[in-house]
Amino acid sequence: MVVKQTVNIDSCKALTRENMATNRAASKRKLEKVEQNGKNNALTAQNGAEESDEEDYLQTISDVDSSDQEGDQSGSDESEGELENIDEDNTEDSSDADSEEGENESDDGEEEDDSDVEEEDENEEENDSEDKSDLEWESDASSEDDAENLLKNVKKVTKTKVKSQDSTLATESNESASEEHLDPSKSINSKDSKDSNVQGTSKDEYESGDTSDEEDIRNTVGNIPMNWYDEYPHLGYDWDGKPIMKPKTGDTLDFFLKRMEDPNFFRTVKDPQTGQDVVLSDRDVELIKRLQSGQIPDAAFDDTAPWVEYFTSDVMKTPLRKFPEHKRSFLPSKSEAAKVSKYVHALKMGWMKTRSELAEEQRKKREKNFYMLWGADDNSVEEMRRIENHLPAPKRHLPGHAESYNPPAEYLLDKEELRQWKKCQETPWKRKIHFVPQKYKSLREVPSYPRYIRERFLRCLDLYMCPRALKMKLMIEPEDLVPKLPSPRDLQPFPTTMSMVYEGHTDMVRCITVDPKGQFMISGSDDLTIKVWEVSTGRCLRTINVGGVVRSVCWCPNQALSIVAVAADRKLLLINPGVGDSLVIAKTDLLLKEEPEDSSVIPERVKAAVQWEQAKDEEWASGIRVVINHFKEIKQVTWHGRGDYFATVMPEGIHRSVVIHQLSKRRSQVPFSRSKGLVQCVLFHPVQPMLFVATQRNIRVYDLLKQEMVKKLSTLSRWVSSMAIHPGGDNLLVGTYDRKMMWFDLDLSTSPYQTLRLHGTAVRGVAYHKRYPLFASGSDDRSVIVSHGMVYNDLLKNPLIVPLKRLQYHEPNNDFGIFDVIFHPTQPWVFSAGSDKTIRLYS
Amino acid sequence: MVAKRKKKYESGEGSAYMSRRAALKKLQLTLKDFRKLCILKGVYPREPRKRKVAQKGATGIQTLYSKKDILFLAADPILWKMREFKSHFKKVGRARAMNNQDQLRRFLKRHPTLPLDHIVKERYPSFNDALRDLDDCLTLLFLFSTFPSLKAVPRDHSELCQRLTMEFLHVVIAAKALRKVFVSIKGYYFQAELRGETITWIVPHHFSFQPQNKSEVDFKVMSHFVEFYCVMLGFVNFRLYNQLNLYYPPKLTQSTGDDIEKTLVDENAYVSERIASLNVELARSGGNDPIEEEEQQLDQFALSDNPEQMEKMRKDIERSRKVKTLFKGLKIFVNREVPREPIVFCVRALGGEVSWDKTLFVGSTFDEDDESITHQIVDRPSMEKQYISRYYVQPQWIFDSVNAAEVLPIERYLMGAILPPHLSPFLDETRDQRYKPPEELELLGLEVPAQLKKAQETSDGSDEESDAENAEEDKEEEDEEEHSGEESSGDGEGDEEDENIDKEEKERLEKKKKMAVTRGKLEKEDPSLERREAYSEYKLREKMIKNKHRKLYKSMMEGRTKRKKEAWLLRKKRRRVEEEEGAAKKAARKEKKKAAAAMEA
Repeated sequence: MVVKQTVNIDSCKALTRENMATNRAASKRKLEKVEQNGKNNALTAQNGAEESDEEDYLQTISDVDSSDQEGDQSGSDESEGELENIDEDNTEDSSDADSEEGENESDDGEEEDDSDVEEEDENEEENDSEDKSDLEWESDASSEDDAENLLKNVKKVTKTKVKSQDSTLATESNESASEEHLDPSKSINSKDSKDSNVQGTSKDEYESGDTSDEEDIRNTVGNIPMNWYDEYPHLGYDWDGKPIMKPKTGDTLDFFLKRMEDPNFFRTVKDPQTGQDVVLSDRDVELIKRLQSGQIPDAAFDDTAPWVEYFTSDVMKTPLRKFPEHKRSFLPSKSEAAKVSKYVHALKMGWMKTRSELAEEQRKKREKNFYMLWGADDNSVEEMRRIENHLPAPKRHLPGHAESYNPPAEYLLDKEELRQWKKCQETPWKRKIHFVPQKYKSLREVPSYPRYIRERFLRCLDLYMCPRALKMKLMIEPEDLVPKLPSPRDLQPFPTTMSMVYEGHTDMVRCITVDPKGQFMISGSDDLTIKVWEVSTGRCLRTINVGGVVRSVCWCPNQALSIVAVAADRKLLLINPGVGDSLVIAKTDLLLKEEPEDSSVIPERVKAAVQWEQAKDEEWASGIRVVINHFKEIKQVTWHGRGDYFATVMPEGIHRSVVIHQLSKRRSQVPFSRSKGLVQCVLFHPVQPMLFVATQRNIRVYDLLKQEMVKKLSTLSRWVSSMAIHPGGDNLLVGTYDRKMMWFDLDLSTSPYQTLRLHGTAVRGVAYHKRYPLFASGSDDRSVIVSHGMVYNDLLKNPLIVPLKRLQYHEPNNDFGIFDVIFHPTQPWVFSAGSDKTIRLYS
Repeated sequence: MVAKRKKKYESGEGSAYMSRRAALKKLQLTLKDFRKLCILKGVYPREPRKRKVAQKGATGIQTLYSKKDILFLAADPILWKMREFKSHFKKVGRARAMNNQDQLRRFLKRHPTLPLDHIVKERYPSFNDALRDLDDCLTLLFLFSTFPSLKAVPRDHSELCQRLTMEFLHVVIAAKALRKVFVSIKGYYFQAELRGETITWIVPHHFSFQPQNKSEVDFKVMSHFVEFYCVMLGFVNFRLYNQLNLYYPPKLTQSTGDDIEKTLVDENAYVSERIASLNVELARSGGNDPIEEEEQQLDQFALSDNPEQMEKMRKDIERSRKVKTLFKGLKIFVNREVPREPIVFCVRALGGEVSWDKTLFVGSTFDEDDESITHQIVDRPSMEKQYISRYYVQPQWIFDSVNAAEVLPIERYLMGAILPPHLSPFLDETRDQRYKPPEELELLGLEVPAQLKKAQETSDGSDEESDAENAEEDKEEEDEEEHSGEESSGDGEGDEEDENIDKEEKERLEKKKKMAVTRGKLEKEDPSLERREAYSEYKLREKMIKNKHRKLYKSMMEGRTKRKKEAWLLRKKRRRVEEEEGAAKKAARKEKKKAAAAMEA
């Protein structure tokens, strides 16, 4: 319907022009015009409120009526008023049946009518005055008043527009309901409508605008369920607030009679609002019938009529505007052109970059580009500041078989090993391997290693946090540290096996001595005896009881005498063993028989310490010739090379611990006024008048002629046990209780030339061979070690020391091993006296 | 004039070091920045010779840096760059806090970058220095190339790692530099020789990334390393490509930049693309293959004074020449269940041709039904459709062949066979105290211990006998050093011979009676006695070791005995395992026999 009502503007204009020609008094048309205007307005609103359009619109409006918009407005106002009238008429018309009640209402309607008429008059007056002004505005629209008026008018127009629209809508909705209603579209063109307009404006308007719900409301209760009023005598309230009483309802008999008698009964309907019966018109009935049968309600509507396209559904090339575009909209903008040229210049100059360029740049920036960093020549190292003294990080250890995915079976941990591995959870560094070896049947079963990232991380930490230092790594085998020495085979002869055992003593043998010719040997033992042995046969020739523990025996080196000095407890016995050459024996006896006269005065200090005594007869028989009583226990006795002097050592003797005796004069002297320590042993130099005195830690060398100390050798050990001097006199061998042997080269230094740790325990005896370059040492580990000790005549050449042979034949007995070792004077043989009560000869 | 009094710690060891705290103060850096700087510049703490003096008398253990190192750091312009970073982050943080998105975007766009080129040059004066230090670099980058996008490891980080590592693998292929491979439980160890430098790296197994505990792993530290290593490897790659006459940014994939992003979404596709690229020959920039020339040169100029060294060198050269063309002429097809990347890399690097299932992965060069395929790598117990013209072998065959420098016989690696153990090729062959499993001895061409051979040949031999033998041998091994107490069996042998001689003599005497001259006895030298003699001689000589070497000698000997003991333990374990296996086999056989007998009955 709307589509049909919309009219092309041009046609509207044509119409309006026609209207211009028509008389203003022809009010019949007003409604149409109003309607059309309203429609126009709606259209313009749809088209968009452009300025020009609005102006146009105003113009058109001004064109439309001779009476201008005011006319329109008045028309609309009129129409409003008229509408109401129509309503009333309508009701009057329609409610013929209930005319009884209509009186009041009609009165009201008349009153309203009156007021409307008055309004109309006023409007007309206004219109007249405004007509003039409008004329003026048409001629000169710039006056302010006019403008104000115009504004007012516009407002009014808009108001009316709305109202008229409403009314049109109302008509549209209700047109089919009212019998007298005419289709507006038709009414525009139909002369019938004009005629009807001519007949009476009020009537017409009733017809067109009737039955709007708002208009028809007589009951003001609103849209509520009417059963709320069931209990009351009234049905609601009318406009004056008076209750609308329910109509009398007849009983069933009345109803029945009505039904029987009233021919219109079937079309009588009760209005719930008013409670009145309403008789439907034929048209209504027809409508209902059509609705029930599902047909279009309006019988006149032609649903097969051809479609009139007032507006094309296609998108039009030119906008739907009646004026041409401005020229500037076809010309390029100059300001924009300036801006563009600016941008272009900036782009050309590189001041500005396009987005893609920027992205590219960004990408390039992020992307590393590499080049030839190092020169083609590998050796040329560019001079630049570098980290000082750089230590490259060591590489990781390469994996062993255990790390394989398929290791040999022995690398897999068994239960016990696995337990051990797991036990070290807190102390992983104690583990032998840092992972548990696994075996997989095939490559595809190998999972990722869970600690891999952690391991890499630890490596990173090592690289930047671990302090680095240069550590020398030895690439040698341990064998390389062992000094290269000549083979013992090339250094023969030396004793290699044990060849003789001298058995007979009943207690430990403490000391032994061999006669200068090497035929006999004397041993002293804890069983208070000394035994004389024949070396070659091992036969004990004599046993002499000396009545004390024999701590030292020493054969007089003078071959013309047959004397042995024996230290037994506090006595030093000079014994003639009575073996060997009988002449010598006899001569010795003769010599020792008489005491030489002694005229010199013996100092008190010496006298108190040492007393010479001739042996008693029974002693003489056993071979003892002279007894020298000492005031303390004698530990050692040693002869001077000539065989006249001998020295004894009493470690407990404090200042008088060393005593030198002279055999020929039977005289003793105490050489030292003060002791420098606990004297362990003394030794005469083989050729020079020198005495070596070993205290616990040091060895002092005294010149006996000058009576002064020549040298002090420091052994750097705790406790010296024994000492031996090389027959050349320049080298000294010292054995200590702390397992060491020191070789002193007296010409070289006062500190040991070499310290030998050949023994595992305390060294108790050391000895040089007189002829051969050999030396031997005996220790508590029951072994004798024979070594090669070559001293060269060339002073620049250091002595060569080669351990040759370890001879371990003594049997274990208490904690001691070997007490004394001594070489045979002529043969490369060595004797050892052991705690197992035997003496052994090695050859 | 009085000489100026020397103060403590103003010269020498006392002034040469700086504690970390002092260094931070000097450089005006936070610990975090300092750490990064140290990582990038390769500065590390030093172990002083006299710690107490170096710490200026302070007790405890401080982290000491060389003072010169710190001054060196202070001179680097990168320090300013780091400060720039600091201020940049401050700005960004502020913009973010103020929710100023515009500014934030602008700042982020102008993110400063750390130029590291000069540091690479500085840390590695010559190219060989860089190659020498490539182990850690490659291992870390290979690890990072498997990482997903993490907070500390952005996507482009791992992408770059992937690219660079791939390029490196291509260099190794092009230079035929691969020498050894080892499949460990941690990953694949590859060893290549480039310009005389041995480079070893690890490629982790699949799915190496697992989320790590924060206290265990700090990805930030690792990413600093990676930042530097990426630059370093890039330059190394460039140089290597240049040397091999290859175009540097090699075109590895057919896809362009846009596609990469797409493929990144599909990780598998990306990986397969990568592997496929390994199968493609790189574009050369002209000139012939420089490797061959190098080889010829080596042959001419391999000279050395030491004959042993010379021999070793000769062997090495021989080996590498063999390895280079190990798989030449072989056409290898990789089944789909086999991890392809290491296999493809190995085969390609050693001159072979390789392909895989066309329908599953891109880049295959020939089909499975190609008749010229010589080997097919399978990692499954059996296959339905098999071709007669080719061998079906397990992947370990490839790796063992590389390590042995020859194409090993396939018998032990056939499909479904129980594989021989996979041995590490990295162990030093010269060290004698090390335990060598029998398989290794076999590989080295040495004789395998008798009892093992027996066990291998006949599992059901006389076990007791071998036991007895074993026990004897054990004893000997254990008591090698204790000769003194032991009387060897040599005497007995001598006696026997003597007896024989006696018999002969008696016979002769019977024949010729009353002869005046008796035949002299032959004195035989007792070898054990001699040995003992020598041993005791050595023991005496050992006592003559200089005092200063004594402890060293002792510790060395201790280490030796310890190693010996370990080797002995392993040998024992092996024997036990073998015995168990033999027993199991025997039992199985017996049961079988029994079953057969029952059947007959």
